[in-house]
This record gives sequence, C-alpha cells and structure tokens, in this order.
Amino acid sequence: MATVKTQFKAAAVNPLKMSQPLGAAYAFMGMHRCMPVMHGSQGCTSFGLVLLVRHFREAIPLQTTAMNEATTVMGGFDNIEKAVLNIRERAKPDLIAICSTGLTETKGDDVDGYLKLVQQRHPETTDTALVYVSTPDYVGAFQDGWAKAVSAFIKSLVAPVEEKVPTQVNILPGCHLTPADVEELREIVESFGLTPLFLPDLSRSLDGHMSDEFSPTTMGGATLAEVREMGASVATIAIGEQMRPCAELLQEQTGIPFVLFDRLAGLEANDRLLAHLSAISGAPVAQKWRRQRSQLQDAMLDAHFFCSGKKIAIGAEPDLLWALSSLLNEMGCDIASAVTTTHSPLLERMPTAEVLIGDLEDLEKSAQGCDLLVTHSHGRQAAERLHISHYRAGLPMFDRLGAGHKLMVGYRGTRDIVFEVGNLFLADLHHHEGTPQSWPLPEETLKAVADAGCPATSFHY
Amino acid sequence: MGAQLSEKLQDVFNEPGCDKNQGKSDKERKKGCTKQLSPGAAAGGCAFDGAKIALQPIVDVAHLVHGPIACEGNSWDNRHALSSGAATYRTGFTTDINELDVIYGGEKRLYKAVKEIIDKYDPPAVFVYQTCVTALIGDDIEAVCKAAGKKFNKPVIPVNSPGFAGVKNLGNKLGGEALLDYVIGTAEPEYTTPYDINIIGEYNLSGELWQVKPLLDAMGVRVLACISGDARYQEVAYSHRAKAAMMVCSKAMVNISRKMEERYNIPFFEGSFYGIGDMSDSLREIARLLVQQGAPDGIIARTEALIAAEEARAWARIEPYKARLKGKRVLLITGGVKSWSVVAALQEVGIEIVGTSVKKSTKEDKERIKEIMGEEAHMIDDMPPREMYKMLKEARADIMLSGGRSQFIALKAKMPWLDINQERHHAFAGYEGMVKLVQEIDKTLYNPVWEQVRLPAPWDVAGVLPSASVRLPNRPAAQGWPLEGRGENALDSSLSSAG
Repeated sequence: MATVKTQFKAAAVNPLKMSQPLGAAYAFMGMHRCMPVMHGSQGCTSFGLVLLVRHFREAIPLQTTAMNEATTVMGGFDNIEKAVLNIRERAKPDLIAICSTGLTETKGDDVDGYLKLVQQRHPETTDTALVYVSTPDYVGAFQDGWAKAVSAFIKSLVAPVEEKVPTQVNILPGCHLTPADVEELREIVESFGLTPLFLPDLSRSLDGHMSDEFSPTTMGGATLAEVREMGASVATIAIGEQMRPCAELLQEQTGIPFVLFDRLAGLEANDRLLAHLSAISGAPVAQKWRRQRSQLQDAMLDAHFFCSGKKIAIGAEPDLLWALSSLLNEMGCDIASAVTTTHSPLLERMPTAEVLIGDLEDLEKSAQGCDLLVTHSHGRQAAERLHISHYRAGLPMFDRLGAGHKLMVGYRGTRDIVFEVGNLFLADLHHHEGTPQSWPLPEETLKAVADAGCPATSFHY
Repeated sequence: MGAQLSEKLQDVFNEPGCDKNQGKSDKERKKGCTKQLSPGAAAGGCAFDGAKIALQPIVDVAHLVHGPIACEGNSWDNRHALSSGAATYRTGFTTDINELDVIYGGEKRLYKAVKEIIDKYDPPAVFVYQTCVTALIGDDIEAVCKAAGKKFNKPVIPVNSPGFAGVKNLGNKLGGEALLDYVIGTAEPEYTTPYDINIIGEYNLSGELWQVKPLLDAMGVRVLACISGDARYQEVAYSHRAKAAMMVCSKAMVNISRKMEERYNIPFFEGSFYGIGDMSDSLREIARLLVQQGAPDGIIARTEALIAAEEARAWARIEPYKARLKGKRVLLITGGVKSWSVVAALQEVGIEIVGTSVKKSTKEDKERIKEIMGEEAHMIDDMPPREMYKMLKEARADIMLSGGRSQFIALKAKMPWLDINQERHHAFAGYEGMVKLVQEIDKTLYNPVWEQVRLPAPWDVAGVLPSASVRLPNRPAAQGWPLEGRGENALDSSLSSAG
C-alpha cells in the first residue's frame, strides 16, 4: 500500500509525462487507413510526430489544422473544414481522427459542432468517418489521451448487434502495450479458437514491416468494419486500468460484459488470462503455453539471485508502473522510488511506500543509492549521473532499436523482462566487487584496540 | 606418467600433516589420499583444475596452460578470486596445441609462447601448466621452463599437474609443490617484523581476504604473503621469512604449511574465517603463535579487545534477523567451507541444520559436528542428487546452502538456495561475512519469487477449467511436451553429474 503524493513544484524539470493529444494520436495509429489530426498549431503535431518517428523509426501519418493567432481567436471552424476537405481529397482515408490540443481547448472550439457543420455543408464527406476526441494538453497525461480516443471510437462507431458471434471477443489494450504485445495477445487468444477484435490494433500498423505501396494514411490497424463488428462479440477483455472507462462504455452501449486485467506481466497475471480465455472458449490451455509457463518459472528462479534485494527507481505511466513494479517486486526487488504522471486507482496498491506524481528530476533525486533506473529513454542522463544501469521502459525509446518489438506480456514477454533486468544486474556485478577498502573497521573498534595499550607498529606495504 | 611426476605423487600422498593420512597403512597410503574415481559416476575437477585454482590467484603472474584448447579455453576466467592490483591472472594464456604439435611435440611452441608473453606483458613470472595431452606425448615442461627462464632472465615455473594425475584436491597440492620447489625462498623481503604471518589456502574469493585483513591490521599483524589470494609473485617468493602461518583450507595446501614448517621453522595452525567463533579463535591463535615466536605479548590484549568489540558488533547486526530465521531448516552441502564452523554460526541465529555433508570432512570434523549438533546429527556422506531433490521437494528443509553444482536440484524443487562455494558472488568471511551470510539467507528465504513459482497452474486445479482431453472440433491436439509425470526421472538423469 502506497501513499500517493503530488509534487507541487513551480517548474517541472526533465519531464516524465507526455501530453494527452499525443496519447490520442498514438491510439489513432492503430486504426487502418486513418489520418490522425491534431487540432492545434503546427508545432503540436510536429513534436508528437518526431517523438513517434524516433520511437518507432517509421513514417508516422499525423496532420495538423495549423492554427495561427488569428484563426485561434476567431475560432477554428475554417481550419477544421479545410483540413477535412484537403485530407479527404489527398489521402482518401476511411477515417479522419481529430484530437484537440491545449491551444484550441483554451479558446473553446466546439469541434463536434464544427464536424456536423462540415458534413452538412459538404455532403460528399459523409463517405469518410469523422471521429473527434477532446484532449486538452493541460489535463491528464498520455495514457488518458489514449483511453479517451478509444472511448471516442466506441461512442461513434460501435452499435449493439442482435446476433452474437460466439467465438468473437473484443480486446482493449492500454497504451503501455507494444505492437509486439498485441501480436502476442492475438496468438494467445486465437489458440483458444477465438477471434479477437483489437481496438486499437498497433500490431498491424506500427510493427515495422515493409509494404509494397506508399500510403499517406496509416497502413494496417483495426478496420472500420472490425470496430463496427465489435457489438457482436461475446466478451470484452481490457488490459490496463486506463481502459476501464472504455470497457464500461462498451458494456453500456452493447451489453457485452468485460473483464479487466490490470497487468499481463507476471506469472500469476497470465495464469488468470489463460484461465479466463479457457473459460470463455471451453477450450483447454494449449501445451505451448504450459511449456512457456514452466520456462518462465525457471527464468524467474535463475534471475532471482541477481534481483534479490536490488533497489529500483521507476518512473512510468500508472499502468506500466504497476505492471513492472509488481513483477520486479515478485522477483525480490525493492521498489525504492516510484514516480508517475497521472492519477490511477492502481497507485495506492503499489508495492512501495510512496508514489509521487512528478518528473524525472524527482525520480533522479530519490534514486540515490538505487541499483537500477527504470524509465523511458529520457532517463538516460539521470542514469549516467547516478552511475547505475537503465532499463528502458515506455515511450519514447529513441536510443534503442526495436521499441515496437519489445515484448512485455504473456509468459514469454515476462520471461524477456526478467532476463533483461537480470542481465543488467549481472553486468553490474563487477561494480560491486569487493576491494581492500570495502570492509573497514569502525572507529569504536579501533579505539577499543588502541585502549588495550601496547600500540602496534603500523605497516605500509 | 613421467618418473618425476610419479615420485612427486608419492611424496604428496605421504602427508604427515594430515591425520587421516597417518591413520593409513603404507599400502593404503600409496594408493593416494583420494577415493578412486569410478567411471560414469564421478564428479568434480581434475588435477590440472586443482593446480590452477590453487595458483591462479597470484595476480601479477601470467598463467600459461600448455595443452589443447579445452583445458584453458573451456575454463578461463570462471572464478571470483579478486585482485587489488594487476589483472594479468585473469588473462587466459594457452599454447592451444594442434595436431602437428601432438605428433612432433609441443615444446618449441611452448618456448615461443613464453617468449611472446614476456615480450607483450612482461609479468614478474610465467607459470606453465602441464596438461594430459602434452604430458602424454612427453613434452618436458621442466626443461622448457628452465631454458626459457635462463634465456629471458625471468622465473618460468613449471606446474606439473596434468589432469589425469588425479582429482582436483591432488592438483591443489601439486600446485603447492611447484611453489615449494621453484618460488618460495627465492627472494628476501625489504624488512621483517615480529608480526609477519602467512595465510595459506585462502584464495580471496569475492574479496574475503579483505574482510579479514582490517582485523589483522588492527592487531598490528602484517600478512607477509597470502598463498595465494591477491598475492604478488614477490610475496610468495619471500614468504619463507614469516614468523607464523595460518592454514585456512587443510584439504588443499597442507603440504605447503608442513614443508614450510620443516624447512623454515614457521609454525602453523589450522583455522577458519567462517563463523564468528571460528574467526575469533583464529585471531587468538595468530596472536598466540606470534608471541610464541618472540613477538611482544601486548598483541594478546589488543586481540582480545578487538574480538570483544567486533563480536558484539556482529551480534548486534545479526539480532534483527533472529526472529525471522528462528526455526528455519537448512540443508548444508559444502565442500571447501568447513561444515562445522558454519553450522555453529547458523545455530546461534536459531536456524536448524537438518543435515550437513561430511564428504570432505575429516574424522575430527565429524566429531566437532556431533559436538555441536548432537548425536542425532544428520551427517550426509554422499547424498545422491535424487535424494537431495526429494528432501527439498518434501519440504524437509527450507533452504539449501551448497556449491554451484547442486543449485539446480534446489531450484527445480522450487526451493531457496544460496551459493556458498567458489563461484559465489558474496564474501562470507570474518564477522562481516557472517552478518552477510545471515542477510543473504534471509533475503533468499523471504524472496517473493517462491510464492510465484510455486503457484499451481489454474488448469491443474481440478474442476476449474476444461480438461486437456476436451478439444475444440477441427483443432488438432496441441503439440508439446507433457510436463506432468516428467518431474523426478528426467531431473535425476539431468542432474546425475552433480554432487
């Protein structure tokens, strides 16, 4: 049980947090033939785009309504209208997904109203789905933006369906899942004879594949047809506490019951997932997963020697923070310092004394004496200054290859984390090797000996 | 086996410093001090391994292995003897002989190898280790070393302990013989003091010597030479000027201790750095021997003051763990570490010893164990891996303390295990080390990972989920390995080499 504290500094130093619109735009990337748009100034899009490009090393489709001072004051209708018309004309997407930004929220643009007006004035645009989500920069964080975008899709695209498909399940993955994670989940779900519908589905868009054609829109991801089909599913599985509002909304709209998994890193967590899938499908758990489970047990045993008692300083968004902290705690690590970006009911359940909603400066300060820093790539300078290893987790991960392929769910993904973290500790072993100065006697002992009289000659050699 | 080597073996087998050896008949003694190996059921290192273990901690020396790649290539840099200076000892040097060398002899290659190493690294000495193949083809490393030493004006020391000569323990002794024959007594220290001692059979694994050295410093005792942990060649060369010696591992280097007593009149005692009581006894004995050798007796008072202060400090640091460790059952399977000294220390914390190995213990050791643990002491002479596994699986012990080889027996039984052998990463010597050992046992026992790995899979809990015999239509039976019912048998064969 942890106490949750919020850092009230005037200046955030070395931010851990990223903004809501970027989280929303990231969710848009998991929709097929979609053109994500930020309703704001050019910079809003450009920064977000560069960050995602550096993380994935992929072309990122992300447009802007290019607001300027005048259009902001006068209202952004014209820019929204022009953006929709231009994008429809040039990119011919199935879906234009728009999120607001701090700029347009401060002004108070009624984008929902604008979009209705655009469709009235240009009936031809009704062939393109328009989805809008309100994500002011100055509220919440990345994972909130992601969840709001998913809710927006559910609200505008999913309707109840009378005739259910008995093998179809909806999966709502949180933003802390990588494309590789989504792919792993698909394989797990399909092994039970079930057909998963992911919303969103990054595994088909940002999995770093080669494609034969060029497209200005997203390529791969959940199709509109799939999302509209979600009403026919028999169950919904949400991953990460951030997805609870989405799952609840989906249940409200369609009556489909949901089960939420607060994490999928860890042995027990995955036991529960497989048991649940087995119960839904009536199918047994495949030998493959049983074997992987036993491999994970072995991996945990091999790694625990090096994890035991290690002090961890971790900075991540609540769901990732929860998943990794819980797993590392199960491995015998001591979560000595935890910093996060936004509120979540998980924070109070964290296996540490205190969780701080703060920045990387706070993390660095409290990481003194820790053995490992766990956070995204922006933690690298802190790790260097602290002279400790840095396990890169979360987004952005711009100084390592393969961010999209980092597997962190399932028995296999858990095994990867356990080995990677264990290896960092192993690599550090030589820093902890003893020296002739490692075990000095305290003053009291030396004094006691001196008091015994007959001082010894001292030797230098 | 060359005549020289076989003569050496007879010499080593006749060990007046060893009680066990003296209890034997002449005929028995000729057979050697180790049990004959039974093919198909042997475990442990060879004589070459033993010699290398004993000498490699001399840190500034180049250790050159004359043989095919296996001997050095498969084994180098695999131990944690630490150095406070040179790292030459961690560089792997081997002649890596090839087929032609086997046919024509490898002596020339060896000579050239010594030259190259001296040219490139200029160590104070080169140690040349004989191996099975080069011994078999008759390479005379003594002659090559002599020639090379003369030519390059540098000590080149032959270590004649080929693997097939016997087991690791024998190799420890043969390594010691090389020091006695070629190194010890070949140099003089700058000065001597009445407080100079040698520590023999201590390898500074994980820095354990440095847990003890501050204590000796406080007493005013100078370690003239440690053989061989964190040693420099020169120190070993002038170690014959010490006033007294402590022998740490009796099994390995009793021959050095005894012969140094004979040749240089350096009395020695056998002691241990493991356990609080043993540490104190060792410090007392060092002081006593030095006084006996003429040191001013003020050292006795200093030593007692030191012991009082450090024992109190150690117990104070252990105190918080007593409640958590009380009644925990330990299975202790050790080789080099003296069983009884650890037993006593653990018992003082409230830990119950459900069994301890006595495979490498002397009769005297066994008596001590009985004294400490009572007549019903469960002494395990040679426990097969299967039995160990069973004992752990049936939870007749809470944790196993052993060497690296048997770790997987514990882990596969999902039982806590703590490494207390040469490969360990923690230093457990002296008062500091005992506190560390208690901390490590606590950390291992209470690691939440055990709860995790012992969780039954939900599908193994009857009646909860569809059983594996029910399969969806048109889905082929999943391919895989049946895990159930595999347990012990498979494990037994995969662990048969452990011990």
